[in-house]
Amino acid sequence: MSESLTCDVVVVGAGVVGAATALYAGRAGLDTVVVDRGPVAGGTTGAGEGNLLVSDKEPGPELELALLSSRLWAALAREGLGRAVEYEAKGGVVVAGTDRALAGLEKLAAEQRAAGVEAVPVPPDALTDLEPYLAPGLAGGMHYPQDAQVMPALAAAHLLRASKARVLTGREVTGVLRGPDGAVRGVRTDRGVLHAPAVVNAAGTWGGEVAARAGVSLPVLPRRGFVLVTEPLPPRIRHKVYAADYVADVASDSAALHTSPVVEGTPAGPVLIGASRERVGFDRSLSLPALRALAAGATGLFPFLAGVRALRTYAGFRPYLPDHLPAIGPDARAPGLFHACGHEGAGIGLATGTGHLLAQVLSGRTPDLDLFPFRPDRFTEEAE
Amino acid sequence: MRTDLAVVGAGPAGLAAALAACARGVRVTLVDAAAQPGGQYYRQPAAGLGAARPEALHHRWRTWKRLRDGLAAHAVHVLTDHHVWSAERTPDGFTVHALLGPEQDQPVEVRARAVLLATGGYEKVLPFPGWTLPGVVTAGGAQAMLKGGLAVPGRRAVVAGTGPLLLPVATGLAAAGVEVAALVESAGPGRLARHGRALAGKLPEGAGYAARLLRHRVPVLTRHTVVRAHGDDRLTGVTVASLDAEGRVRPGTERHLDCDALAVGHGMLPHTDLAESLGCRLDGLTVAIDPEQRTDVPGVWAAGEATGVGGADLALAEGHIAGCSAAAHLRGTAPGPAPAALKARAKLRRSAAALDSAYAPPAHWPEQITDDTVVCRCEEVTAGAVREALDLGAGDERTVKLLTRAGMGWCQGRMCGTAVAGLAGCPPAPGKRPFARPVPLGVLARQHPQEGPS
Repeated sequence: MSESLTCDVVVVGAGVVGAATALYAGRAGLDTVVVDRGPVAGGTTGAGEGNLLVSDKEPGPELELALLSSRLWAALAREGLGRAVEYEAKGGVVVAGTDRALAGLEKLAAEQRAAGVEAVPVPPDALTDLEPYLAPGLAGGMHYPQDAQVMPALAAAHLLRASKARVLTGREVTGVLRGPDGAVRGVRTDRGVLHAPAVVNAAGTWGGEVAARAGVSLPVLPRRGFVLVTEPLPPRIRHKVYAADYVADVASDSAALHTSPVVEGTPAGPVLIGASRERVGFDRSLSLPALRALAAGATGLFPFLAGVRALRTYAGFRPYLPDHLPAIGPDARAPGLFHACGHEGAGIGLATGTGHLLAQVLSGRTPDLDLFPFRPDRFTEEAE
Repeated sequence: MRTDLAVVGAGPAGLAAALAACARGVRVTLVDAAAQPGGQYYRQPAAGLGAARPEALHHRWRTWKRLRDGLAAHAVHVLTDHHVWSAERTPDGFTVHALLGPEQDQPVEVRARAVLLATGGYEKVLPFPGWTLPGVVTAGGAQAMLKGGLAVPGRRAVVAGTGPLLLPVATGLAAAGVEVAALVESAGPGRLARHGRALAGKLPEGAGYAARLLRHRVPVLTRHTVVRAHGDDRLTGVTVASLDAEGRVRPGTERHLDCDALAVGHGMLPHTDLAESLGCRLDGLTVAIDPEQRTDVPGVWAAGEATGVGGADLALAEGHIAGCSAAAHLRGTAPGPAPAALKARAKLRRSAAALDSAYAPPAHWPEQITDDTVVCRCEEVTAGAVREALDLGAGDERTVKLLTRAGMGWCQGRMCGTAVAGLAGCPPAPGKRPFARPVPLGVLARQHPQEGPS
């Protein structure tokens, strides 16, 4: 079953980032092959909630990427993919339990507004106009109309289909081929060789392994998260609702368990409850303490959830880089190697922007955003 | 509540284990979801029904009496109506988490030094066109109706699928006055005979059923399958057809049978949710165990169908061996199970393996599922939607689930997992259900040290 293929770009990883890269590369006229050792959306994409968020990002390169991605997701939805990927421009509501938390939220929102984010203050008595089932006694909140949601596995699958790329699943990349000049020439897989002058590492949490197979280092680490899924309910939670301390948890470097409630309904009916973060390697075993913290946070925001049953829970591994920014762009250490991984918990949202920028670079154009902050070899520099 | 050994499941394996451990001086708490001990196998009629001769619905009634009387004589602490949703390792042992009450919303925690999982199995049912019509029940469901509710699912029934369970269901229905139009078994008549020696232990039982089928004039169609169930708002009949040697429907052999009930089953699957949550290694779909019935997690034993489907007698032997081993480890003595139990286990495992290879659904059953057939009943996902997901790049059960929601509903894929795997052309994978049953968020939240957002 060994075969040899030649194409313009090999994308390693059939998650949402690989899918978006294939889509925009295809639109740029590049003949693209996507290869994954598992199925479509088999890694972190399949464990994601599908958040397309601008609200949880502090001003800086990630927020710029999020705003670009948000526009691109909306454009894809308008083109007709919206229904297939369950795109919902539902908006986000961030709530603060105390005056202190509210002050922090207002400061962040002011900075975000300056960067182009819509952030509308919501006084305590108006919170239930947006979310009728919220707990009483909250100090206030912020409405972020640009926050949206997709169903991540469907998003990856349908972006891949729309890309018209050849998709080779169940095939593992065992090595990256380099020429005598060091330039990348393709990949070796467990079933044949794929020749291409460009290889994109979109392997998510496993991006460090793929980088190593090309002979370069990329310190991607897993940061575990659990999601609790309830029984299907009639629509009661309209927005993505989370507590203001979520932003601090996202930015934290601690290995210990952090949870802050993130609650949202889905078109299919179940309510999804996140978000826990802990650095415990690739350990999938059930952690009741994490789930208890998630449930306590969610019922604190929405008391009616106390009587709602959790049907299941699952763990996923966010691809985490030490400075919380993804690696996007060419790798100066291996000409022809590009990275698109390390998006931590924001990969679904940031996928479109990432794919779009990479396609621009791959086709020799100037990217819409400066990729310098995302350069993949930045950690090597620091070590020197 | 504190105990030495928490036994989860009061079917044959759990009862035998609890009695063996209790007799060896260990404090045992037996936890079960049903209103009375007995499990699916020794399911008892509800007291209010006033059954005069419940033993008429059971064989091995004497064994049940012995277990029941043993339970009465021993100090086993029995918790009925306790629905276990999780089991967790703690610094000093284990906590078994259960839900109590009509709404299953009151949490109960059983803390134990060791856990013995006797969680049993559940029925495997493969879909076919029309299988969601009212009047179609599972074979085990029909038997449970007979044993527990003293009810029958219809007046004229077809019993179909594959496996040893179909025999008692057909004879049980016939004895209860139902006209059994046919017993439709997809395995060929020669396959059972080829495993004759290993089946020696099961043969008297099988011969008994054969005589009863004959007495009730139940036509037996081997190497046949139900192709479709018919009816508008409820079942009116089925089309059955003969299978060729490869397991494909032989064209032109279809024929119609009138019936208002169809009891269908394709074997059993083990309940491994709690074992998986505790981190026990699985061997395929079953809990992996050593000769003492220990799992690879110290302090956790498993017995019965959860460790491999083999019937009540095997479950009794395994339960006894597991109970002896658990007691010995808790008390620091040697296990010393009854030699007869060890012998019985060895023999019955051989018969179980033989039965397993003799009874099999037709090899090409997924081809019989039309695109409009609902595969996942909880989320109403059709075979066509599953095939569409495969076309989108799914190659396994999990990805099909992600793309279609098949297996995400109330039963968490217990009903559709095998069918989805079959349609995807991959072997069925363990369920990975962290909650053995749904748990109210309030129960989880109240166990958290601090509540509420800041």
